[in-house]
Amino acid sequence: MSIEALPAELVEGPPQRRRTLRLAARNPSVVIGALIVLALALLGLLAPLLDTLPPSEINPVFRNKKPGAERLIRDSNGTEHKYVHRFGTDSLGRDIYSRVLYGARVSLIIGITVAVISVAVGLVIGLIAGYVRWLDGSIMRVMDGLMAIPAILLAMGVVSLSRAGLIAVVIAIVIPEIPRVVRLVRSIVLSIREEPYVEAAITVGTPTPLLLIRHVLPNTVAPLIVQGTFTCASAILIEAVLSFLGVGIPPETPTWGNIMAEGRSLFRVYPHNIFYPGLCLALAVLAINMLGDGLRDTLDPRFAKRV
Amino acid sequence: MFSYVLRRLLATIPVMLIVAVFVFLMLRLTPSDPAAIIAGDNANTEQVAEIRRRLGLDQPILSQFVIWMGKTLQGDFGESFFFKKQVAELIADRLEPTLSLAFFTLLLAVIIAVPLGVVAAYRHGGWLDRIVMGFSVLGFSVPVFVIAYVLIYIFAIELNWLPVQGYQRLAQGVGGWLQRLILPSITLSVIYIALIARITRTSVLEVMNEEYIRTARAKGQTEAKVLIRHALANAAVPIVTVVGLGVALLIGGVVVTESVYTIPGLGRLTVDAVLARDYPTIQAVILLFSLAYVLINLAVDLAYTFLDPRIRY
Repeated sequence: MSIEALPAELVEGPPQRRRTLRLAARNPSVVIGALIVLALALLGLLAPLLDTLPPSEINPVFRNKKPGAERLIRDSNGTEHKYVHRFGTDSLGRDIYSRVLYGARVSLIIGITVAVISVAVGLVIGLIAGYVRWLDGSIMRVMDGLMAIPAILLAMGVVSLSRAGLIAVVIAIVIPEIPRVVRLVRSIVLSIREEPYVEAAITVGTPTPLLLIRHVLPNTVAPLIVQGTFTCASAILIEAVLSFLGVGIPPETPTWGNIMAEGRSLFRVYPHNIFYPGLCLALAVLAINMLGDGLRDTLDPRFAKRV
Repeated sequence: MFSYVLRRLLATIPVMLIVAVFVFLMLRLTPSDPAAIIAGDNANTEQVAEIRRRLGLDQPILSQFVIWMGKTLQGDFGESFFFKKQVAELIADRLEPTLSLAFFTLLLAVIIAVPLGVVAAYRHGGWLDRIVMGFSVLGFSVPVFVIAYVLIYIFAIELNWLPVQGYQRLAQGVGGWLQRLILPSITLSVIYIALIARITRTSVLEVMNEEYIRTARAKGQTEAKVLIRHALANAAVPIVTVVGLGVALLIGGVVVTESVYTIPGLGRLTVDAVLARDYPTIQAVILLFSLAYVLINLAVDLAYTFLDPRIRY
């Protein structure tokens, strides 16, 4: 039978999934959130093209300038042109506008990496806890223990173990996020196990790995997308807090937390060092949270009721 | 009831034990040798070995854990690498600012958030509801330190109403103590208000459809009484639960807030300890904060029976 002979909905996939996607694309909170995140990602990605200076370039003469200050810059070919420090400069003469744009890169990379790793690791542990009954008790006790340590404290403790850096910070934020994913996945597995189609699959002798992949895994996708979005927002926040406190990414790297940490001592005189990166940070986290809220309402109505 | 309390109390032991194992392993996983850190740069090998023996670091790891647990349970967290003082002393010294800050934050959050949530639910779909919901999304997204600096900028620098930072002990006068706690408490309470207002709204909304609300109205009860005595009282359990769970956020916020406002509390101590790689202090602070979090949530669980007589154990 050729493909043309099949009914349209069989060729184009289950209509329900497409309807959900269309529903999500119509949700204002999803659209606004996604647009802002996209805009910030583009700003970070295209930073070199957007009239920025190298973000770590120090200029001792041009320190602590207010937003809008101008100076002459000599190009490589010898000509001079005027450069406007849109957001001012910090106490080392670095251009805040450039640092804020480049900072979007670090924040988004950390947010996405942490979300992907914690969802992946949490999914595996959660599947094991939900399906291998004799391991469930001990896994969940360890998760309870980890959950009892407030996330920022746990992250600070982990960071203190090694030299500060991107990888250490990612690991430090992932560890407190994992138990939340594990709990979610485990609860889904436990409720799916009781479904008639899973019992039927067991009856016809489906091997456990196949059962997990074919019947359990698809049910975790929607909740995990939602959970991953919220994890991304919280990771960006925690990274900024760690960097702000001076225990995160090394200070010369332009991250929003680092720019603010640098601006702390002179805040009374030059508040712009804190306000611009702070605004971007708040906007990014707000957008991702909105995206998460919208996705939760459309993709996973059961989950929406639970919270 | 008594057996339930006892059972719940015992159930916290394995959780805290896992926290303790994690905190203990933390120090053993460090790339550096704690004995060498304590001894300092000028120590010779014998001095380092002597310190290692004194700390029990030359023993097998399991007996190290037992010794460490035994000491910790007696409140002996060892000596701080950085402050060269007993960690227990250090913590006792820093307790007052943190407890004051946490107390005012909680008080402020509950006083503001609960009425806000109730009114939002009552005027469901109205402009006030939208403002409250918008504020709660915003409160979750704006980082504590950004809120702190905006408040400092407005109230301390531009208007000059309140001090920019610092802390004054309660013993030195209530006025100065209160004055310096106002901004930090407001800062810290924002995220808490967002959290509590949201859950209050949701749970009151759910209750409003119940038949006893209709009955209360039918018998001519005033709207205020319907809202408070019938709706809020029945919505109390989820609200109190979230207040307990929110303590984790509160603790994270304390660390940041104390750093911004230079309040010499436990949060500031945590940051200093992490910066100085002062492991005994880091361990003690994590243990204490986690214990506080677990115990508060235990208290919340036990409060259910008082809040909702239908719950019996």
